[in-house]
Amino acid sequence: MNAKVILLAILLPLQAAAQGFAGLGAAVDDFAVPVPGRALEFPADHGAHPAYRIEWWYLTANMTGPDGTPYGLQWTLFRSALAPRDGQGWETPQLWMGHAAVTTPEAHFVAERLARGGIGQAGVVADPFAAWIDDWAMAGPDFDQLRLTASGAEFAYDVALTATGPLIRHGQDGYSVKSAAGQASYYYSQPFFDLAGTLTLPGGDIPVTGRAWLDREWSSQPLAADQTGWDWFSLSFDTGDKMMGFVLRGTTDYTAATWISADGQATAFPDGAFAATPLGWHEVAGRDVPVTWRARLPDKGVDVTVTALNPDAWMQTSVPYWEGPVTISGSHAGVGYLEMTGYDE
Amino acid sequence: MTFAILSALASHWRRNPLQLVTLLAGLALATALWSGVQAINAEARASYDAAAATLGEGQFAQITARGGGAISQQTYVALRRAGWAVSPVIEGRLDGVRLIGLEPLTAPSGLGPVRVDAGADLGAFLSGEGQIFARPDTLARLPDTGAAGVASPDVAPNTALTDIGLAQRLLGRAGQIDRLIVAPVQPLTRQPLSDVAPDLMQSAAQEGGDVARLTDSFHLNLTAFGLLSFAVGLFIVHGAIGLAFEQRRPMVRTLRALGAPLGSVMALMAVELAVLALIAGGIGVGLGYVIAAALLPDVAATLRGLYEADVSGQLSLHPAWWLSGLAIALGGTAVASAGALWSLARMPLLSGAQPRAWAMARQGGRLAAVAVVLLLVAGGLAVWGSGLIAGFAMLGALLIGGALALPPLLARMLRLAEGAARGAVTQWFWADTRQQVPGLSLALMALLLAMAANVGVSTMVSSFRLTFTGFLDQRLASELYVSAADTAQAEAIIAVAGREADAILPLLSADQTVEGLPAQVYAARDHATYRENWQFLRAVPDVWDRLARAEGVLINEQLYRRAGLDLGAMVPVGAGVSLPVLGIYGDYGNPIGQVIVTEALFRDVFPDIDALRFGLRIAPDQVGELRAALRDQADIPDAAMIDQAAIKAMSLAVFERTFTVTTALNVLTLAVAGFAILMSLLTLAAMRLPQLAPVWALGLTRRRLAGLDLVRAILLAALTGALALPLGLALAWALLTVVNVEAFGWRLPMYLFPLDYLRLGVLALLAAALAALWPAWSLSRTPPAQLLGVFRHER
Repeated sequence: MNAKVILLAILLPLQAAAQGFAGLGAAVDDFAVPVPGRALEFPADHGAHPAYRIEWWYLTANMTGPDGTPYGLQWTLFRSALAPRDGQGWETPQLWMGHAAVTTPEAHFVAERLARGGIGQAGVVADPFAAWIDDWAMAGPDFDQLRLTASGAEFAYDVALTATGPLIRHGQDGYSVKSAAGQASYYYSQPFFDLAGTLTLPGGDIPVTGRAWLDREWSSQPLAADQTGWDWFSLSFDTGDKMMGFVLRGTTDYTAATWISADGQATAFPDGAFAATPLGWHEVAGRDVPVTWRARLPDKGVDVTVTALNPDAWMQTSVPYWEGPVTISGSHAGVGYLEMTGYDE
Repeated sequence: MTFAILSALASHWRRNPLQLVTLLAGLALATALWSGVQAINAEARASYDAAAATLGEGQFAQITARGGGAISQQTYVALRRAGWAVSPVIEGRLDGVRLIGLEPLTAPSGLGPVRVDAGADLGAFLSGEGQIFARPDTLARLPDTGAAGVASPDVAPNTALTDIGLAQRLLGRAGQIDRLIVAPVQPLTRQPLSDVAPDLMQSAAQEGGDVARLTDSFHLNLTAFGLLSFAVGLFIVHGAIGLAFEQRRPMVRTLRALGAPLGSVMALMAVELAVLALIAGGIGVGLGYVIAAALLPDVAATLRGLYEADVSGQLSLHPAWWLSGLAIALGGTAVASAGALWSLARMPLLSGAQPRAWAMARQGGRLAAVAVVLLLVAGGLAVWGSGLIAGFAMLGALLIGGALALPPLLARMLRLAEGAARGAVTQWFWADTRQQVPGLSLALMALLLAMAANVGVSTMVSSFRLTFTGFLDQRLASELYVSAADTAQAEAIIAVAGREADAILPLLSADQTVEGLPAQVYAARDHATYRENWQFLRAVPDVWDRLARAEGVLINEQLYRRAGLDLGAMVPVGAGVSLPVLGIYGDYGNPIGQVIVTEALFRDVFPDIDALRFGLRIAPDQVGELRAALRDQADIPDAAMIDQAAIKAMSLAVFERTFTVTTALNVLTLAVAGFAILMSLLTLAAMRLPQLAPVWALGLTRRRLAGLDLVRAILLAALTGALALPLGLALAWALLTVVNVEAFGWRLPMYLFPLDYLRLGVLALLAAALAALWPAWSLSRTPPAQLLGVFRHER
């Protein structure tokens, strides 16, 4: 086991049953813990929260090319703290990890970056907003106008994002409960980005337009110890309405959902309101992963079939998981993104 | 039946314990020298590999500062942010231990042999007081840093690994990086290096570490010794087995006459030999371990001093090593006994029961023919062969051919002497000596090989020493060498030295690729120091004047041979400047090419490179004062100054170490050969009785006969030695001009060391005399009744 593997072992222990997926169920130690009732403050909360163990800036996008071909794109920056403090230089305990992907109906391109905090190689500044790791960046004059870049060995992208709606606070004004035992995170989204830019793929450059959805979440122990993974849906319907829903798989499943109307009104739904059932499985990277789902939110008349655009959208990164664009049919039509973690070999 | 055959076979060894000892000792010695040398080489190579794996040398391309020196951390971050997948490394010495700081998050996977036992974690590596990974003995040498020491046997010797942050703090070099490791897979949108960091340069992954290449010649010496010792040992074993089989021919006939199938007898004899081989191999591997453990500290000290290669002074035992030692003992026995088994298998049931020892003489003609063919092959390979394999094939053909040619040559020389002899006793002496040659030939061949190997290898090592010390005199012409930490300190040095020293010679260098090969460009100030001291392998007339006028460059031998750049060929110096070659100089111990230009031209081509190292000329007795002035006025630490005398003393000390190793191996191989002679004489003694008894009966005393035997042994050794000298010199020539050039890119001039050869010859005579002493003594004490018994009807 080399130094790198050791790092990942501590950074993200793989599916250790006692610690939930990727160590997200690990004990809190001296880290800060989300509490209900704290109002999110912007632009400050766009930045990093080093007192919390884990945090991410998570963007997914559904796009189409000039010939109508659908594409998906992911850009994620994770922050993981070894200790609840910040600092300058190599001594800082803040570690950063970036994931980028482009999904086409036939192919899925993935890249990963790791960096130490404190030396300028990776970080997040709230205002003017900039999040970066190496040459990947999501930055702009403010949170509503961002330029997003990433590159791997076989792909790159450079797209502009323009917000056309408000920020959405999930759960109780951004306090999002993750288990019956009370584990929670701070969680807000910007699901109203218009996107335009260029994908660079092995076949050449492709101009694309579409919609992007940015999730912001931070916590110190977002999962209960028995929760081994989750299935997370961000769905954008043709009506302009949107829905976020997740199932946390544990001894008993825990679900939550947010209904986002076309005009930006958010309604949170408690455990049990949202349900998702696998309809079809696909073998990828030696595991069986559900790539067709029936997702229901009866309170809003939602009963849809969610189908992966490319069932092989496996993120072969330090902590592997499935993440890719989906199409929606049934009571509503549209596109979205699906993320599934904790599917063991 | 099986048991009966076995007990019959074993009875032979019970009756001839000396033969058993010969067989076991010969095989054990052969295995010991071979496996001892293998153990030393394997230990050293494991150390190089560990060091190379630690630094990613050989696997990954590297980025370094163009003029040498540190890379700033900001530049590293700028490169990362420009899309370069690079990982920083810092390196320095902490109490003599090589401390390497790595960045585990960006390091390419597989880099750094840091193995963490269960319970260790990256949090501890990256935060808090940190962790240092090293071998336990290295950890013990480190000062107390507050960091937790983690014992990891896979880290290279005398090397400690830690996080780059901690390494920067411990080395007092915050914000500095020595080099960047370039990951094999790079992002699509990476910006050109020259745009982001123009003062950095990328070099391709090297095949094999520098150190491994540098030390190849040293290990070649050891391997040659090991192989030759093994060959010598096999001659002994071959002799012992041959003799045992000869003597057992009547027994085999009897066994077969009693109904034992030939197959069973053969199979059981093979089993018997295998058991003996395993016993001897076990003893040999154990002895080899003792030899290796005794020599390894000296070898390690030599390698550290010569090449700055950190090699563990402690031997570790690997099962593979034990197994290979046993395997080579078994294989050697099989080779040595194949002929004896074959002739036994073809033995007619009712005849040939008489010993055939003297029949060997009949094979002389055939052996001589084989020897001539092998020597012709060696000569042909020397003239027309190319490549390292051809070089080794030539060595093999030369040595085996030389060994096989020995008995016919000896016989011829003795016949000539016999013809010139006057008097009955003298004529008998020569004739009897000639008659003994077949019986002693294997032992004498062993002596020949041992002496030839000694002459060859010690000529090579001594030539290297002479060349290298001469090269050091040429290269280390300045009396004091000073390194500055930065340009401010460099200016301080120039200011002080300008007043105190006779001359300042700045040492400027830049990395450059020439004809696709890595090379360094050096600047030479036009100064008498260079003109007076440097010698060229080839040069145009007025080479220094033309160099000073920037009309050309000097290149080292490596570049001349590898890139095929002869005098007049154009060499790219950098930035569109190409100049013809004016001279070629020897550059021993350097793995890469070198180009020397005049200082003014260097400063034109590389304006950004400042001199940080200087050679200072001053009268040798004023070096101390100059040091003090630099220390007091320019604030230069003592560690940054090294005087010529100290470097040369260190280099010579290193060679003394090398000689310790070479001498030890010389003595061991000679001892093996001496042992072979002793065993041959002892086994021949009983068989010679029928020849000696008549001479004794004619009036020669036993004492006189014993004296003649002693003289005979010394004479044969002397003749063998005389033949070993040309063979050894041929071996040295092959090593220096064929193998060295193919393997390392430089050709060492060959020097002769007559006194050394004389000493070796005396040693060989001494070994032969010692070996003959006991048989001679026992001959002088042979009871007359036993000599008389020869004349009885049965004996």
